[in-house]
Amino acid sequence: MATIAVGEKRLSDAWEARSGLISLLGTVDHKLIGIRYIQTAFLFFVLAGLEALFMRTQLAVPENTLLGPETYNQFFTMHGTTMIFFFATPMLFGFGNYLIPLMVGARDMAFPRLNALSYWVFLFSGLFMYSSLLFGAAPDGGWFAYTPLTGAEYSPGLNLDFWALGLIFLSIATTAGAVNFIVTILKMRAPGMAINRLPLFCWAILVTSFAVLFAIPPLTVANVFLMLQRVFGFHFFQTQAGGTPLLWQHLFWFFGHPDVYIIFLPAVGIVSEVVASFSRRPILGYTLLAVATIATGVIGFGVWVHHMFAVGISPLVLSIFSISSIVIGIPSGIQVFAWLGTMLNGRPVFKTPLLFISGFIILFVLGGLSGVMFPAVPFDQQVTDSYFIVAHFHYVLVGGAVFPIFAGFYYWFPKMSGRLLDEHLGQWNFWLMFIGFNLTFFPMHIAGLMGMPRRVYTYEAGLGWGGLNLLETIGAFTLAAGILFFIANVFYSLGSGEEAGDNPWNASSLEWATSSPPPPYNFRALPVVHGRNPLWELPAADTPGSSLFMENDPTDPYQRETLASTVLSGQPDGILHIPASTLIPLYLGLALTAVFVGILLRQWWLAGVGVLLVFGLIVAWLWPPESEPAWHEGETAVIEERPA
Amino acid sequence: MTTAQTTSAAARPAVSRPLPHVLSGSRSPSWWAMLLVILNESIIFAALLTSYFYVRLNLPAWPPDGMKRPELVIPLINTALLVSSSFVMQWAQGGIRRGRQGRLRLGMIIALLLAGSFLALQIYEYGRSEFSPQTNVYGSLFFTITGIHGLHVLVMILISSVVLVRALLGHFTAERHLAVENAVLYWHFVDVVWLFILASVYLSPYV
Repeated sequence: MATIAVGEKRLSDAWEARSGLISLLGTVDHKLIGIRYIQTAFLFFVLAGLEALFMRTQLAVPENTLLGPETYNQFFTMHGTTMIFFFATPMLFGFGNYLIPLMVGARDMAFPRLNALSYWVFLFSGLFMYSSLLFGAAPDGGWFAYTPLTGAEYSPGLNLDFWALGLIFLSIATTAGAVNFIVTILKMRAPGMAINRLPLFCWAILVTSFAVLFAIPPLTVANVFLMLQRVFGFHFFQTQAGGTPLLWQHLFWFFGHPDVYIIFLPAVGIVSEVVASFSRRPILGYTLLAVATIATGVIGFGVWVHHMFAVGISPLVLSIFSISSIVIGIPSGIQVFAWLGTMLNGRPVFKTPLLFISGFIILFVLGGLSGVMFPAVPFDQQVTDSYFIVAHFHYVLVGGAVFPIFAGFYYWFPKMSGRLLDEHLGQWNFWLMFIGFNLTFFPMHIAGLMGMPRRVYTYEAGLGWGGLNLLETIGAFTLAAGILFFIANVFYSLGSGEEAGDNPWNASSLEWATSSPPPPYNFRALPVVHGRNPLWELPAADTPGSSLFMENDPTDPYQRETLASTVLSGQPDGILHIPASTLIPLYLGLALTAVFVGILLRQWWLAGVGVLLVFGLIVAWLWPPESEPAWHEGETAVIEERPA
Repeated sequence: MTTAQTTSAAARPAVSRPLPHVLSGSRSPSWWAMLLVILNESIIFAALLTSYFYVRLNLPAWPPDGMKRPELVIPLINTALLVSSSFVMQWAQGGIRRGRQGRLRLGMIIALLLAGSFLALQIYEYGRSEFSPQTNVYGSLFFTITGIHGLHVLVMILISSVVLVRALLGHFTAERHLAVENAVLYWHFVDVVWLFILASVYLSPYV
């Protein structure tokens, strides 16, 4: 007992954040960074939601004059761009940041400082994009920014420069995050966590991260082409100079469609975790779910042309992409049946997290039903650019990602804060969101079939769309009221929510094996894993979280160390040092901001200074510290494992 | 943690095994990170070259507008420079694996000189060019693709220069030289990409 206390004291001394500005701005703790990611992404969610409310108010009655056409263009562009790039992916990366090291039983991400950089770049690129509103020059080319509209001839202002540069800037954060997730999941798992015992949320983040590495480069290349064309008069998309606007569409959608899965797959991971915990049984078809996740990630790269069925492409190509777009429904079907089977075979407890998951399943199946209509080319050509499309992708993205994200809020909030979210307010939150969502988006199917095109800032009274649109606007405000209930719930529960304890849901994965909130070092002794559901597989006499631990801390003589593992079998392979807090990632984020602001304003000296600073900071970052840790004297560490 | 649990667990035998502090090659997280960066950057070049062929397939002649085919003398010299530099880097890495500081330093200096000559020749080639990126889509693609590769050569030189400084300071040993391994890995990547660019941008117009 005494040695445990001593060990704990040593760990705390090494890990507790120093107080003051450096610990605030320089932290590399994945839990703090994860929570910041979630908070910042939620802020962008609220901003994009307010834009949506303005648009819905404008469309509530025919020939409304609340928003002019220019403002409306900026609002729908910023709404889509924000929701896709600055809310959905960062929000799910925030969950990943917080949860992945805990779930695999590590003390931090593989590259904690890089993780801090990812957050700063995400924040600064978001501020960069939103600063355009201050100049009245917000991007206005739609979230897929088709050329030639977005070329300098037709969009001469800075609007599209903000957009293209902002997304190139953001891609640094997303790519670095993806690399970090993959290495953490492959190389830093707890002893015994072979790859076939990896939690399904980790599988989802792993596949998503690979999809990011393959999907973001074409978007970056497209944006580099666009910027070179806009700023220096290069020619890529202009037919008079031999280019083709279709090049933009191919590059964009080769990114754009996989990006749907980059958003959807981590949400699916949340669903698998919550379904198993609240059905009180292991997930049905673990292997099939993992394989379906991989299959979705792979096939997702073969369907992009279905966004371009109406642009005039050869029928053979259309058929190929029509088939692949049908095939991709199969893994999704497998997943839905696995979740339903788990719930039917278990004893589901319908608390708020599972309510949101049930809502997700209903909405996702509805969105999937319209989804399997689009591979039929003639149908797709009829509804392209109509409100039917708007209805479909809100069903799959709000239903498929936002509802699981809210389930995730309710599920992991106790781990992050130590307190449960209020169940009563949670029920209000869910039902208002669910009813509001359907009121908003179901009528859009009908409006679309009646011929209402997307992206119109108003419509004439005689077209008969007024009633449906009014209903949609009422629905949007109902949905917003549901989200207000959530915000109120967070503030209420932070102050006076029920104490959560280590494992309030009696769940099975490792993030519940430590205190709520976890100590900075996550686990006093690193856990050892003997199955897919570590906390459910203990001998009955042992309480979760004690016998799971090795009594003799494998990193006992060390302070800021964690275990490296082998890639497939998850056996201990070495000791990794975790760096302490540092301000360099913040400085690097600021230097990168200078580069992008310089390019935006054509102030090449500023961009040049920024590049030099970036180089200097990277060298400072990678330079080995003056004092090598004491353990670097050639001796080996010893790991002691006790079988459970 | 209660006393009862401590004793019940302590009753079981513990398994001890040694673990290293220094991981190299594929056992190290940074090696994996470098591999993933290379994967990601490969997709950038794949997207660039796919764009090149996509635009080309849409035009009746390539190069369009009666432009001449690319001259091959400088790119072929450059190919020789880059390919040989890869072998020299590999030789330098072999040196530090045997603990030979001198071989590491000498090899890296030679490789950096070869890569520097590549960049100088590329700038010379740009200066002689009869067309500019603003001429038409062919010019834009030519300069963008070779330019982005040139930027990668510059980054490769910067990375290896810093590693060379560390080598001169004696930071590396036979057991501990992960920075060298990663620099060499990136170097090979930039060189292999050049071979694809040579085949696509310079040689394929002759097919």
